[in-house]
Amino acid sequence: MAEKVLMKGNEAIAEAAVAAGCRHYFGYPITPQTEIAAYMAKRMPKIGGTFLQAESEVAAINMVAGAAAAGVRTMTSSSSPGVALKSEGISYIAGMDIPALVVNIMRAGPGLGGIQPSQGDYWQCVKGGGHGDYRNIVLAPSGVQEMYDFTKLAFDLADKYRMCAMILSDGVLGQMMEPVAVSASDAPPFCADGKPWALTGTKGARKPNIINSLYIEPDTLEVLLDKRYAEKYAACEANEVRWDEFLTDDAEIVVTAYGAPARIARSAVTAARAKGIKAGLLRPITLWPFPKVPLAQLAETAKAFVCVELSKGQMIDDIRLAIECKRPVSLCTRTGGNVPSPEEILTAIENAAKEAV
Amino acid sequence: MTTNILLAGFGGQGILFAGKLLAYIGMQQDKQVSWLPSYGPEMRGGTCNCSVVLSDAPVGSPIVLKPDVLIAMNKPSFVKYEPAVVPGGKLFADSGLIDIRSERTDITEYALPASVMASDEGLPGLLNMILLGKVIAELDLADDATVLAALRKCIPPRKADLLEANRKAIALGKSS
Repeated sequence: MAEKVLMKGNEAIAEAAVAAGCRHYFGYPITPQTEIAAYMAKRMPKIGGTFLQAESEVAAINMVAGAAAAGVRTMTSSSSPGVALKSEGISYIAGMDIPALVVNIMRAGPGLGGIQPSQGDYWQCVKGGGHGDYRNIVLAPSGVQEMYDFTKLAFDLADKYRMCAMILSDGVLGQMMEPVAVSASDAPPFCADGKPWALTGTKGARKPNIINSLYIEPDTLEVLLDKRYAEKYAACEANEVRWDEFLTDDAEIVVTAYGAPARIARSAVTAARAKGIKAGLLRPITLWPFPKVPLAQLAETAKAFVCVELSKGQMIDDIRLAIECKRPVSLCTRTGGNVPSPEEILTAIENAAKEAV
Repeated sequence: MTTNILLAGFGGQGILFAGKLLAYIGMQQDKQVSWLPSYGPEMRGGTCNCSVVLSDAPVGSPIVLKPDVLIAMNKPSFVKYEPAVVPGGKLFADSGLIDIRSERTDITEYALPASVMASDEGLPGLLNMILLGKVIAELDLADDATVLAALRKCIPPRKADLLEANRKAIALGKSS
């Protein structure tokens, strides 16, 4: 294992992207994710890559679409208002079945909102965001090492399924530093050889590939969508669900949280155990596909659920659906850029335990 | 054991750097560490703070709201965060910049005129390292070799000439 270095979450994402063979980054600055763009601006010219600060977020995501269609590993990153602007392009990427990475380091909204951490884009990113029926693979890191590891994973999953993968993170994780074990970052650029569908030029040797999202004939489009859901998205739901559990074996109160709040919730669960409350934590790592099965299993033995999120009750819907409303689910939330303390989450656990008796 | 440290003062005083050095000292000792800056429209002369957590267990919240150790480098930070120090906690203050003392009896205050010492000793801008030296000594945080190894991690090779001044400032704080 390589020596660990202290890195900001944003820097870890950029470093991991380079290590994953990404050589095409298109972006537009916005707090609190600007370190990703700054890192790429320094790094890409030195390794023969492309860093381009586009004229807008809309332009950047369409440049990503173009590079993805040409078969290279490519990404963009932004924060909440910027990801809203990119949503149209993300829908086109889904419609064209091309792989790309989009990073969202969430800040408080709506509108320009604030620049402090938030999770208010859960619905936007997990449920699609753009127009039309489609899915994104959404990964939620909870520490800087995971920012690094999941960026590589996101590229692999995007290529495997030819779809958009997202890193959904927040201002705490983007800005904080933790020790990270990094692998060699001089990996060669990811090449298009394994992508026979890519627009690499026929060189007179094959029929032209066509990448398109316009299908005028209803039956043609319906068949395409049916196939996408039945094969690609179903395979994701079968193979790519990821989550982490902490002290859930005998848990009567199951806390659910993702991202930075999940690590605070873990402290609160430990504190609750010290007070004799049988609490546990289920942390979704993939927000889509969502860990429905383990949640449904926990609902068989748990008395109540507590959903911790930096939003006014978004992920809580998916918890309720997963457990088919068999147990009460209470919401523990801070918003506006605030983050709950371990004590606030502990109080929510204690209240849930009292009501569950 | 977990030590929650909050460093606060003006932007430009080297608060983030001092926090980074603490984090690297923790890493040298195989501790779990986190470092989180206040971020926003702060700039040189504005307020700035930095949370550092050193722990034997995985770090939960990286946000330090109730510090075990507060390092205050200006008066607004002292006024704002002194009441938040946990009972039994330690407060390190630059008495060259802060003209008040804590009235709490449940915490230990170490007042050191680090800014004055920095200019007297020809170590301009290193009041952060002088204070940190005091912190290292009073918490018995690390030996000199560990601190030096951490300094080498924090100071990029192109600024290697600054290493000696930083080391000197830390030694000054430790011995005062």
